[in-house]
Amino acid sequence: MSGATAGDGGVWPGVAWSLRRDLRLALRSKAELGVQLLFYAIVVTLFPLGVGADPTLLKALASGILWVAALLASLLSLPRLFAIDFADGTLEQITLSPYPLPALISGKIAAHWLTSGAPLAVLSPLLALEFGLQGPELGVLALGLLLGTPTLSLLGAVGAALTLGLRAGGGALLALLILPLYVPILIFGAGAVEAIRAGVGAGGELSVLGAALLASVVGAPFAAAVAVRIALD
Amino acid sequence: MLAVQDLAARRGDAGLFAEVDFALVAGDALFVRGPNGSGKTTLLRILAGVTQPVAGEVRWRGQAVGPFAPLLRANALFIGHAPALKDELTAEENLASLASLHGARADGGAVREALGTWALARQRSLPARVLSQGQRRRTSLARLQLVSRPLWLLDEPGTALDDAGAATLASALAAHLTAGGIAVIATHQDMPLSAGVSRWLHLE
Repeated sequence: MSGATAGDGGVWPGVAWSLRRDLRLALRSKAELGVQLLFYAIVVTLFPLGVGADPTLLKALASGILWVAALLASLLSLPRLFAIDFADGTLEQITLSPYPLPALISGKIAAHWLTSGAPLAVLSPLLALEFGLQGPELGVLALGLLLGTPTLSLLGAVGAALTLGLRAGGGALLALLILPLYVPILIFGAGAVEAIRAGVGAGGELSVLGAALLASVVGAPFAAAVAVRIALD
Repeated sequence: MLAVQDLAARRGDAGLFAEVDFALVAGDALFVRGPNGSGKTTLLRILAGVTQPVAGEVRWRGQAVGPFAPLLRANALFIGHAPALKDELTAEENLASLASLHGARADGGAVREALGTWALARQRSLPARVLSQGQRRRTSLARLQLVSRPLWLLDEPGTALDDAGAATLASALAAHLTAGGIAVIATHQDMPLSAGVSRWLHLE
């Protein structure tokens, strides 16, 4: 029997495998997708109800609220990113696949973003209308979220992999571990909307979000791969 | 082709086994036996490259292979306790997905044929969540037919299998050994083989 040689698996087939599989699994349980979007919409809507209908106050709070709610919603599905595969034995098979593990993990992260961050970013301009944001402010909000939420998924994946072995309290620890890392994204994401409102242009903030995204695309899958391997040992 | 020297493992503070030595060549099947907790699963996980041994080394075709070595991942197929099935996917989707994860080109025809061999033809479009334990095990084992690897590492493959399933497993194993494959199997059951050389390793 001729055995396969080392280094058989390519990067892109690995990314494609886990992206396709995780998207298919997400579509099979549509309820979970809806829950996350609904959570986002409800948290955002609670603020106008709570702080009252003062238009200037709401407008000042808008970008911060929409971004904080996005961080929380993105955190909601993170504990499950690896935990289910870990429990049913799939993660072990994934680490033993001939495809590079960081490639397989990148596909999982991409699927997580497509089912969490991307729909939030698309929904956000609609919710921002509640706060009286308009015109270019809505565009910058959505663009900032489109650039920022993939970074949230990437950093979150490292946290999810690090807290993998923990049975109880893993979710809470994950939040403690990851939320501080989300702070720069929050500052520049919300700052982009504020800059547009102040009329100074949001190019700088959006560039920082883009740079953070590039850095985490390159680094996070490798860090998560190391953490996953440690969790399995 | 697969050689193990002075292998030792521990779980937590407890030593599991030490000074395990064996060398297997094409056509060899090694049955690992021992009471619960004696380290059968750990030995298989070390051979698969998931766990680091405390001492000793594993060599594949003369080359030392550590955890997650690409050489090992390209040559070994490890089927552990957990069947690695997704409840939401059908038996057919699960099998195709696992086969392609291992880099095998699994077209619809080959997948259906494998399901037929493992007596799952009628269950192929059922979601894995409604399958019985034995059927889940069969779905997981059916990838032995789709993924061509010289080294099989099977952890209690006979669990929950009925007589017909055990016979299918035995004939798949015999075909693998005849073709020059190697297998390491942790098992409590006797598995009479019609081909290959059966060897035994007893862990205390």
